[in-house]
Amino acid sequence: MLDKSAKAYWAANVRLLTICLAIWFIVSFGFGILLLDQLNTIHLGGYKLGFWFAQQGSIYVFIGLITFYAWRMGQIDREFDVHE
Amino acid sequence: MTELQIWTYVIVGASFILYFAIAWWARAGSTSDFYVAGGGIGPIQNGMATAADWMSAASFISMAGIIAFKGYDASAYLMGWTGGYVLMAMLLAPYLRKFGKFTVPEFVGDRYYSKTARVVAVVCLIVISLTYVIGQMKGVGVTFSRFLGVSMEMGLVVGMIIVFFYAAFGGMKGITYTQIAQYVVLILAYTVPAVFISFNLTGNPIPQLGLGSTMADGSGMYMLDKLDQVVTDLGFKAYSIQNDTTINIFMLTMTLMIGTAGLPHVIIRFFTVATVKDARSSAGWALVFIALLYTTAPAVGAMARLNLMQTVQTGEVGSADGNLAFDARPKWMANWEKTGLISFEDKNGDGKIQYYNDGGLSKAQADLGAAEKALKEAQDKAGNTTAAQAEVDKAKTAADAAMTKYMSDEKTKKFADFGWKGNEVTKVDNDIMVLANPEIAKLPNWVIALVAAGGIAAALSTAAGLLLAIASSVSHDLLKGIMMPNISEKNELMASRVAITIAIILAGYMGMNPPGFAAEVVALAFGLAASSIFPVLMMGIFSKRMNTQGAIAGMLAGIGLTLLYIFWFKGWFFIKGTEMAPNKPENWFLGISPEAFGTVGAMANFAVAFIVAKFTPEPPEHIQHLVEDVRIPRGAGGAIAH
Repeated sequence: MLDKSAKAYWAANVRLLTICLAIWFIVSFGFGILLLDQLNTIHLGGYKLGFWFAQQGSIYVFIGLITFYAWRMGQIDREFDVHE
Repeated sequence: MTELQIWTYVIVGASFILYFAIAWWARAGSTSDFYVAGGGIGPIQNGMATAADWMSAASFISMAGIIAFKGYDASAYLMGWTGGYVLMAMLLAPYLRKFGKFTVPEFVGDRYYSKTARVVAVVCLIVISLTYVIGQMKGVGVTFSRFLGVSMEMGLVVGMIIVFFYAAFGGMKGITYTQIAQYVVLILAYTVPAVFISFNLTGNPIPQLGLGSTMADGSGMYMLDKLDQVVTDLGFKAYSIQNDTTINIFMLTMTLMIGTAGLPHVIIRFFTVATVKDARSSAGWALVFIALLYTTAPAVGAMARLNLMQTVQTGEVGSADGNLAFDARPKWMANWEKTGLISFEDKNGDGKIQYYNDGGLSKAQADLGAAEKALKEAQDKAGNTTAAQAEVDKAKTAADAAMTKYMSDEKTKKFADFGWKGNEVTKVDNDIMVLANPEIAKLPNWVIALVAAGGIAAALSTAAGLLLAIASSVSHDLLKGIMMPNISEKNELMASRVAITIAIILAGYMGMNPPGFAAEVVALAFGLAASSIFPVLMMGIFSKRMNTQGAIAGMLAGIGLTLLYIFWFKGWFFIKGTEMAPNKPENWFLGISPEAFGTVGAMANFAVAFIVAKFTPEPPEHIQHLVEDVRIPRGAGGAIAH
């Protein structure tokens, strides 16, 4: 593989994981901690929304994030022809 | 022997036979088998093994209890101990798998072309893993003694023998397959009682939904609202709102996340899969299996708390027959009183139990009692009683002040008016919330026996993973990597078996004679992993410019600052009386507790490393190629020795 495409591959990976980690931060530290009081005014069944994100929702989003990252990286690996 | 004991022996015994059978079937024939299970574990299997590896006696037995008494504030543990897997999947696991070696220090040594860096990493790894494993061995002993009525020492020895069989003979291979079996046992043991309890309380059998449902008692109230009302009526802080400071919850969550991603015994699990792609998806599977327990735990915690409160407070607060009569208390309370996990004292002599927040009165009374006892001991020994007498006087003044406050403070005055003279549930241990859960919900005996097997499985699986991490860094990093590079594979395999055996004996000994600071060191483990191992690995992959000098300076700065901060408030090496300042929020730096300080240590690590690297030569060209190589999936062979 050419050096240039190695750089592009790495840049694509870093871009993808930056997006994923931004969401990771927003759902846990954002929704679950920093915006807790604002979100707690909204209800999700018997859950206050901020409380739900802190004890349930963020964990579900984490699973979704890893699954999406693994799937999308598989595609990117193929695009740049670096897959195993 | 009671029916429960027979069930417990049958179920726990059956699980042990299963582990032995797996150990026999999965014997290790090579160092590759021993360190990385031959490198051919499927991503789902590895995910399940990782989940068992990660979820310790603390996750299984203690976490729901912590949530029950802390409410929202315990969210830091839930998010922290799961969010770390996102970091692991994106920032560490795939690249370390591509690197394709056996241990974490090996990566550090090769990437930073330095034996010193490798040794520093080995020291961090051993401190982290050893502190962790003590708690696991203790967990095995405790579970045995509570459910089977054998002594704790006996339980510990049985646990050591079982771990020895599959860890020393099977290495990572034996451990992986037993962990898969242990995951199944522990998740069944955790979710079965939770389903029953959720159904009884809310009519919804799925605990994750039950927690957000209405009560099944016909009141139409949401379960969480009901819980908030019940606890605030009795003077406790509301369950679903924040009580700790935002900065401390934030920093604790972050420390637990990056600490989780930096725990060596979890990282090495990702060396066992076949490809880089598998390493990514395996982290996702691990989190799915972990989330099954971690999303159930908040329901177990909240529901157990509500059950406990309502068992004691049977009617209107303050009404004549609103409280449980001591003689009519359910059997599980009497059972668990014997173990000391729960205790009562009828302070106002009305024959009933009052469980409420008395605003510090009972704590002042307990302090006075302890001071009086110390004075009496000093008198008996005919020693110097002046200091003890002064303590008693001080405690007496404090208790009087607490009583005056109790009688007049708006928050507690109404309780005083009911004739309540202090909280009568003098102790409720966190652990009882899971251990007594099936009895509280009146579940059949086989479910209680299953919980015993689950607790043992959780402790054994984590202990085995930690012991392997210790043994492999002793035999592979210290012995083969530094002291005897020419050792044959056969001898290295033998050395790793000896190392794991010594580690088991050491851990068992320390489990029997736990150092007084056993509980404190968990904070140390996460703080160290967060401030040393996570940054050094991440920089090794994401910064080509990072060099030996930067990495070593960064690790030392991170560990140094974190240790200094923890010791400052908890005493040098946790020795009581050597604290430099009382461990209180007003003394903390920016209000960050010692447990949450690892994040600051990690930031110091990154900052120092980059500054030092900027002023020292860049790494040699072959190292820069190595970094380029770990970033690309193609070419990942099986994990190899040198």
